[in-house]
Amino acid sequence: MTTQLDINGKTYPVAADPDTPLLWVLRDELHLTGTKYGCGIAACGACTVHADGQPIRSCQAPVGSLAGMKITTIEGLNGAHPIQAAWVKHDVPQCGYCQSGQIMSAVALVKDKPKPTDAEIDAAMAGNICRCGAYPRIRAAIKDAAGQHASSAKVA
Amino acid sequence: MNAILNPDKLGLTRRDAIVTATVAGGALAIGACSPAQVLAMGAPDADFGAFGPFVRIAPDGTVTAVSKHIEFGQGTATGLAAVVAEEMDADWDKVTIDLAPGNTKAYANTLMGIQGTGGSTAMNEAWTQMRQAGAAARAMFVQAAADTWKVAPADITVKNGVVHGPGGKSATFAELLPAAAKVAPPQKPVLKDPKDFTLIGTARVTRRDSRAKSTGAPLFTQDVHEPGMLTAVVLHSPRFGGKLKSFDAAAAKKVSGVVDVFEIPTGVAVVAQNTYAARKGREALTNVQWDDAKAEMRSSDQILAAYKTMAADPKADWTAFETKGDATTAFAGPNVQHFTYDFPYLAHAAMEPMNCVAWVDGNKCKLKFASQIPTLDQMNLAAVVGTLPGAIQIETLYAGGSFGRRGCIDSDYVVECVRIAKQVGGNKPVKLVWTREDDMTGGRYRPMAHHDVQVAVGADGYPVAWRHRVVIQSFMKGTAMGGMAKLDKLTVEGVAGSPYFKAIPVVDAQVATPTSPVTTLWWRSVGATHTAMVMEHTLDQLAMKAKIDPVAYRRALYTKAGADKHLKVLNLAAEKAGWGKPLKDGWARGVAVHESFGSVCANVAEVKRDKGGEPKVRRAISVIDCGVAVAPDQVAAQLEGGLNYGLSAGLFGQITLKDGLVRQTNFDGYRVLRMNEAPAIESYIVPSAAHPTGVGEPGTPVIIPAVANALLAGGHGATTSLPFVKS
Repeated sequence: MTTQLDINGKTYPVAADPDTPLLWVLRDELHLTGTKYGCGIAACGACTVHADGQPIRSCQAPVGSLAGMKITTIEGLNGAHPIQAAWVKHDVPQCGYCQSGQIMSAVALVKDKPKPTDAEIDAAMAGNICRCGAYPRIRAAIKDAAGQHASSAKVA
Repeated sequence: MNAILNPDKLGLTRRDAIVTATVAGGALAIGACSPAQVLAMGAPDADFGAFGPFVRIAPDGTVTAVSKHIEFGQGTATGLAAVVAEEMDADWDKVTIDLAPGNTKAYANTLMGIQGTGGSTAMNEAWTQMRQAGAAARAMFVQAAADTWKVAPADITVKNGVVHGPGGKSATFAELLPAAAKVAPPQKPVLKDPKDFTLIGTARVTRRDSRAKSTGAPLFTQDVHEPGMLTAVVLHSPRFGGKLKSFDAAAAKKVSGVVDVFEIPTGVAVVAQNTYAARKGREALTNVQWDDAKAEMRSSDQILAAYKTMAADPKADWTAFETKGDATTAFAGPNVQHFTYDFPYLAHAAMEPMNCVAWVDGNKCKLKFASQIPTLDQMNLAAVVGTLPGAIQIETLYAGGSFGRRGCIDSDYVVECVRIAKQVGGNKPVKLVWTREDDMTGGRYRPMAHHDVQVAVGADGYPVAWRHRVVIQSFMKGTAMGGMAKLDKLTVEGVAGSPYFKAIPVVDAQVATPTSPVTTLWWRSVGATHTAMVMEHTLDQLAMKAKIDPVAYRRALYTKAGADKHLKVLNLAAEKAGWGKPLKDGWARGVAVHESFGSVCANVAEVKRDKGGEPKVRRAISVIDCGVAVAPDQVAAQLEGGLNYGLSAGLFGQITLKDGLVRQTNFDGYRVLRMNEAPAIESYIVPSAAHPTGVGEPGTPVIIPAVANALLAGGHGATTSLPFVKS
């Protein structure tokens, strides 16, 4: 059975079983590898994409449940989102593996709350693990992209 | 100074290397040569071009710096490229980076003797080499311009990739490239006077990979797709040391997309068209029986109990590592204090679980993956496919973290991948994917450890005698890196070499290293992960008993020991933290200082127990003296990230075993630090013109005692075991 998926504005016929998580269809079938595998149990956020604008963990989203929804992956931002520019400006990434997921969560956050408070950033981003511990820069970049004052790390 | 993995010094003797090469290559007659030369055997001759192995220049003038070190987040590739660009006077904004392939001869770590990243050595070992590479390339352009314009080289300057001569003459690197490539590289290129640096040490040294990493570019092993590629997963023994007895593959082979199922030395390999099918195939394996005759069957509580028993046993197999004065009577006095500390196993839990892509065709083997120590991987794989180490081709990719895990001494997951690719054969690309569960239960943990410390205190409140017993597994002994040495320095670094011992007349420090099938490995900051906590938390407990401020207590000891670097770093941290200014509402400060990998780092943490009893860190100061800071903002990034990595372990990190089975299998059980738990961090670098020292690891271990000391100051008592938050 084929599922029609709308990903980044394009329609893809997907032959995988409807129970296959979106993550593996994105990565292995469509080679949209910006979306990362980190845990497979929706505990780390590395696989975050948007479904109709809402952040979801693609490792727990069967493709059969996504027909008719608009899926956006990191590739769908086209490198043009202000959050991405802020990520580069603040040199947020270290190893970088979690950053697609972090960015997708942050993009959804600022769309919903254009001037997020620290508590709102905590709430929206706590599902995304960064083992390199780039959290201070993630916070600073979100605030910067949202037009708020953000002090990056101080260096004496 | 921490042990550096120099094979000449730390066990990989010439003899070992020759034996390894002989085993790998069959009947080989090898004369006297260095381990690196032996390990490079079989490598095809590489033509690096006119500018050598570290610099490539494209016809359009684009300068590519080749990083001999893997990039796994630490920013090394950027730093090394900046050093090259500085000496070349290249246009930094246009410099690109390539990661060096496996080539021991060209890219050996000058401190290790083999090609590899570790011990926070990158900038330390490559600083001079990269400066020379950049300076040589610059000299070639200057000579080419001088010849073209018929002027003296001394009348030529270079700025941002443009060569300038008298009378307003100028030419770009692109224009001069054909002529420059023909100039013989200078044997002793003249290096810049550091006061003339325009890039090194400035905020302009930003990461070269931020854009790629912010757009989902396919940088990682996990992202590799090759025509005809198969994906493999492996069912491993649930217990360390267990061996596969039998299994039934019939149902697994029927899973759509599964191509083959077979036994390998580490378990059952399921090879499929894609990752999901491979995983489903593995789930469909039935009647899997394991032989646990040699497996670890104990729980981690039982292992720890055995460590404690050993610590109290004078007849255990102890090795002394610091001895001074007469310890026989030093502990007879009235004021002897006793401290013990327990440390759990820790998983590295890099965001990218272990993985590898390999092609095997007969005894030819090619790999594409994030190899941290290519020479070791080549050695281990040469034995699997029956060739010489240098003949194993490795294309190095970016790693989604490692924290030491990818630098595995026996190349566990890499060998596993190549065994599968060998069975598949025919030069077919095979990607081995470990699931998070495989990664977390797969061992190579920071070893569990128990410390037992007795300190005799003098009338002034300061220690006069220090007795220290460490019980910890060694992951070096008997390996290619550790050899037969009785003392594994990595088990005690940080106790060994402590500046406090210079201020104490009697020291009696010994270590015992019990064994277990549980596999262990270096984990970001290695020995310091536990020794920093033991030394620094003991110090604060002594200071508290003596009713002396912890900063003042340390100052006195550092002054007596002549530990000027420690003193400077401590003073800056205390100043920036506002040490001594009272905090309200139950918040308390803790300080800690520790030297590792040649750098001294100090942290001050503001901590309070929240309503649930968990320590909350709201603010942390991190100060480092790492010599010249090539990329100050990346040093800051390492202090921030290193602190969070250490804090994560201190607060939550623990791998526990029940009846030999690992209880934490994923991030639901192995709790790690998240955004809402991460403190605001202020980083400071002590200005220095000294040779660069470590940055990637020294910022990690210090926060743990800083938090323990804040809890002590806040009236929550001493910490005797980690993590702080018990689950």
